[in-house]
Amino acid sequence: MIRIEKLNKVYGHSHVLKDVSLHVREGEMFAYLGPNGAGKTTTIRILTGLTRLSSGDAWLNGFHVERETLAAKRQCGVVFQAINLDSELTVFENLTIHGLLFHMPLKERKQRINELVDYVGLSDKLNVAVSRLSGGLKRRLTIIRALMHSPRILFLDEPTVGLDASIRRRIWALMKKIQKNGTTIFLTTHYIEEAEFLAERVAFIDEGRVVAVDSPQALISRQGEWAIDLMMNDNIRSRYFRTKEEAKQYAEQQEDSFSFRRVNLEDAFLSLTGKKVK
Amino acid sequence: MNGFFAVYYREMMILRCRFLKMIASMAVSPFLYLIAFGYAMGKSVTIHGHTYMEFLIPGLVAMSSMNRAFVIGSEINISRFYWHIFEEFQAAPISNISYVLGETLGGITRAFLSVGIIIGLGLLFGVMIDYWNIMFWVAVFLNSFVFSSLAVGMAMMVRSHADQAMFTNFVITPMAFLGGTFFPVSRLPVWAQKIILLLPLTHASNAIRAASFGNPVDMFSYVILLGTGLVFFLIAVKVVSMARD
Repeated sequence: MIRIEKLNKVYGHSHVLKDVSLHVREGEMFAYLGPNGAGKTTTIRILTGLTRLSSGDAWLNGFHVERETLAAKRQCGVVFQAINLDSELTVFENLTIHGLLFHMPLKERKQRINELVDYVGLSDKLNVAVSRLSGGLKRRLTIIRALMHSPRILFLDEPTVGLDASIRRRIWALMKKIQKNGTTIFLTTHYIEEAEFLAERVAFIDEGRVVAVDSPQALISRQGEWAIDLMMNDNIRSRYFRTKEEAKQYAEQQEDSFSFRRVNLEDAFLSLTGKKVK
Repeated sequence: MNGFFAVYYREMMILRCRFLKMIASMAVSPFLYLIAFGYAMGKSVTIHGHTYMEFLIPGLVAMSSMNRAFVIGSEINISRFYWHIFEEFQAAPISNISYVLGETLGGITRAFLSVGIIIGLGLLFGVMIDYWNIMFWVAVFLNSFVFSSLAVGMAMMVRSHADQAMFTNFVITPMAFLGGTFFPVSRLPVWAQKIILLLPLTHASNAIRAASFGNPVDMFSYVILLGTGLVFFLIAVKVVSMARD
């Protein structure tokens, strides 16, 4: 559904993406995880036609993003990191503009708007100006706007950044619901728990290079199942173990203070790159 | 091509939201010019057999339609650099020409609104000139087309809102004062007239003024405006891709 081969992006002297190759399957929820500045947004911008690639190739549902730009754009919806809605306009008007941009006929447009606002509980806000909506409702609106033209692929660039925990969970539920309807989802995030909870597969990206691609569980179990964080001279050092018993045995021998927990994606990222995601 | 309607529709929705504020702001400067230059200073002045007020109104029509058409560039910049709404257009399957056409028509619509306000103010001051002359409206349209296309192209090329403001200060504002708006260009030295005739606004002022006085129009001015407008429009279509990084 999404195929990327040896993708490179260079800005002046800065090599932002280095030979990125990925394949996202149809109907998959795929997370692209990395720290700020790793190249996540640049990848999405190239795939959605906002940024030119320097070399390499990328296809969306078989359409090349540079050579068949308009056809490739029709395959996807994009939820940008910034909430880029017309705040003076109403929910209905924002959705209408998107429908017109994707050449949807009037009848289909109206029907789709009604379906989508019902889908996310925005029906009573249809004629309300966007400036009067809460942050969570604005984010939901950006998601349904991207779904207006029923895209096969949905790109979400840090969709829950800046939202509180309860709203974030509602957005996650919405994303699961969208995926169940058959949409392929490509999600960038630097929230470990978001990638762990939502994604079927995760790609780690660091300094423009994809360092690992696998299911969250497989990436985690490369380290072990249990971790002990040791406090050593104002520094935290983690040790990983296959079983809880091994970890406990190790912990009993320690004189420094420690904490005991399950291994997560952050540990997997740390051991591959030597740095934390956040 | 039909993507242009989405872009134009958005501009019209924004215009509807800000309609009263926009009308009020469009009326302030022309009203002050009419009071200061037309009513107070120009009371006893006649130019080519017309009162100064009659002379001033077509100049203000040219200047205001230029300014208001050009403002579309600032609107695009704000939506591009601050609200990131431009990304929504970039991600949509619409061609460059559709985008430029939609925004250019948005600028032209604003320009026509501002002309309507000046005509209203002119009537308020008791000035009756030939507003029904079709060539008056053709010249207004071409003038708006020139500056709206220029603004859209500029908005795609600049890297910040400040760059656009600088262009306004160094190019648009001097043109507003020198392009035959407030005084007849024929009163300047010949060398200066030659330079000023290179400005599209001078041709717009001359054409609008001739049409509103019922004088024969110089088709050369219309050709210049149409040609300049087309060149700016095509450049704008070309440079939309520059907004991709």
